[in-house]
Amino acid sequence: MVASKDSGENLVSVQVDDHWISVPRGTRMIEACKQAAAEVPHYCYHPKLTSPGNCRMCLVEMGMPPRPSPGEEPELDADGHAKINWMPRPVIACANTVVDGMGIRTQSLLAKECRQGVMEFLLINHPLDCPICDQAGECTLQEYSVEHGNGQSRFLESKVKKPKNVEIGPRIRLDDERCVLCSRCVRFSKEVVDDDVFGFVDRGSHSVLTVHPDRKLENNYSLNTVDICPVGALTSNDFRFKMRVWFMRETKSLCTGCARGCNTVVGSREGKIYRQSPRENNDVNSAWMCDTGRMEYHQLENPARLTEPMIKRGKKHRTVDWPEAICRAARDLTKFKGEQLAIIASGRMTNEELYLTRTLAESLQPGVVDIVKREGEGDDYLSHCDKNPNVNGARKVLKIRSPGSKLKSIRKRIVEDKIKALLVIGEDLIDCGFTEGELSSLQCLVSSHIIANPTAKMSHVVLPGAGYAEKRGSMINATGRLQRLNKAIDPPGQSREDWEILHELNRAVDGCDGVTELADVFTQMASTLSIFKGLSLSRIGDLGVDVMDTGETVPLLEREARRVSEGLIVG
Amino acid sequence: MPIVVQRPRLTIAEKCYFPAIMKGLRITLGHAIRILLRKKKVTMQYPEAKWDDHLPEHYRGAPALVTDEHDRERCVSCQLCEFICPPRAITIIPEEIPAGDEWQKVEKRPKIFDIDMIRCIYCGMCEEVCPEQAIFLRKDYAITGVSREEMVHDKKKLYEIGGRREGLVNKWNELK
Repeated sequence: MVASKDSGENLVSVQVDDHWISVPRGTRMIEACKQAAAEVPHYCYHPKLTSPGNCRMCLVEMGMPPRPSPGEEPELDADGHAKINWMPRPVIACANTVVDGMGIRTQSLLAKECRQGVMEFLLINHPLDCPICDQAGECTLQEYSVEHGNGQSRFLESKVKKPKNVEIGPRIRLDDERCVLCSRCVRFSKEVVDDDVFGFVDRGSHSVLTVHPDRKLENNYSLNTVDICPVGALTSNDFRFKMRVWFMRETKSLCTGCARGCNTVVGSREGKIYRQSPRENNDVNSAWMCDTGRMEYHQLENPARLTEPMIKRGKKHRTVDWPEAICRAARDLTKFKGEQLAIIASGRMTNEELYLTRTLAESLQPGVVDIVKREGEGDDYLSHCDKNPNVNGARKVLKIRSPGSKLKSIRKRIVEDKIKALLVIGEDLIDCGFTEGELSSLQCLVSSHIIANPTAKMSHVVLPGAGYAEKRGSMINATGRLQRLNKAIDPPGQSREDWEILHELNRAVDGCDGVTELADVFTQMASTLSIFKGLSLSRIGDLGVDVMDTGETVPLLEREARRVSEGLIVG
Repeated sequence: MPIVVQRPRLTIAEKCYFPAIMKGLRITLGHAIRILLRKKKVTMQYPEAKWDDHLPEHYRGAPALVTDEHDRERCVSCQLCEFICPPRAITIIPEEIPAGDEWQKVEKRPKIFDIDMIRCIYCGMCEEVCPEQAIFLRKDYAITGVSREEMVHDKKKLYEIGGRREGLVNKWNELK
């Protein structure tokens, strides 16, 4: 055909709603329509999952150029494309791929009537309990009902009753009356996390989604099914009835539960976080995240949060204002030089905080600087065994070769009374094997943390910091990708973002550090460290940039790439 | 397209205001004379006397929550009124109806429902938006208090004002 000769081997011409576009060979019709800005409504189709084509919502009208008889020239239209013969019956756009010269009509009478019909059937048994349903506001059934539905029900008979409010796992509730049987959750569990617990039982109007009678949906990725559920059939126990979605402000951020650095969206309202859900990033976490990481935000609501700076007087802590706390910390720390002083930072700190720690170390000249190692259990999907989100940042910025290797010698030298002062940022040393006796023998212990802990209790100066959703900054994940944390809510009480604390400490110790805002820290870092060269905090963008080659791969992404190459999913 | 409104052409009598002033004086004097002759009462001894009986059916007073004929609280805590409320007077915290409750199938109810009557502007949007017919504007208009806290109507107070309403849409019926 004429167009394909000009457009190269792997591109085909497709007509979508009277406009010709070029798309790669093998593209699904629904994706081609998306590229032509003609969104086709759908429930069961998800680019990361196989397409069973069972919801029938994406029905469109399709046409093909006629096959000319030998010697016959195809009839061309004004654009030079072969004339399209439209088929009398609709086809599903999600599971069919385009071919050269194909025509798709998404707005024709046939397509519109099909959608209207599908919507009417879906709503026949739907309970219409939107006022109590958590999905309301982000429910595709609601949206498509407004766009493509009837507005009125012709159904006079009683609706089919199905199981409601079923506990199918520790974190998830199922409402079968709301289910549209799209099977996204079934496919996700089977294809992505290899935990085939879901299935449909019974037939016809009585068909219901259920879990295997002897099993529960309790894998560590179960809450992703709630995200992909297009209706309110699967809801999260954690988020259930907490907040309506339209009230929440959504902040693009990162999960700091492990070194994977899954991209997230944090939903908050009036200084309180209500949920955290994954954000698509095909180089980091695809469209998923683990349940453990999702629940991380609860630590920010810990009742033991430190909200005011404190100084120890005698045996008791007394709350003070920031200038006093910073002055005292700086005065005490500067009394000790070289080998007498050690800094223990954290792999949970952002690059900016680590950099300010580095400048602080340059003026204080401590004998040792180290971070705490945080090993845990990883899995074959996304969760990483290194539970520190920014170890690569600590390696690059703070020049730490092997994290946690110097902690033993720090302990030894505290006992030998060689180390007399310790600055601890964001870590609980008792948790890392230090004893209370060791810490109480120190002449000066300055610590910063978000939650009251034994180390804070032993500290002479306590500086309350900010949790991961309460601050901005950058981190480098396990695969060497530089990504940005964004601030969703303010830190509670008087507590401050950690970079501000370190910046104030720097100023108290050394006078001026040339920093007025967080972006300045990154600018300084970019001029000192080669891996950040040419970058700025805003240039990192929402999806991050690769800055290191760590040789690591993400098992889940590799399997996804394989499924894409096999043509099973779009990806 | 802007709409051009023509200025009315005034007559000389209208331009000099005099006839209009006289007309006003006549009305005022008329009232004054009728009161002096004790033929008419134009002042109401508020708050001893009130106009309440004359309030029209559509009068918009304090918003209140209502229960249905089974004494079930109609509100399911969808928070649409909180969303629509122009002065942001409404605060709702939902909760799940615990297992074993008679109305467990409704699943959701308000744990806290506060209307700050200092903020409320009696616009009636909450009544209009409510999908459950749970909130109505009553005829109470003299809402007073000696502190800000007292001016916040909590759930108990709201049901007290609202009372029971029968004959509304019975959405959570035995078939549901």
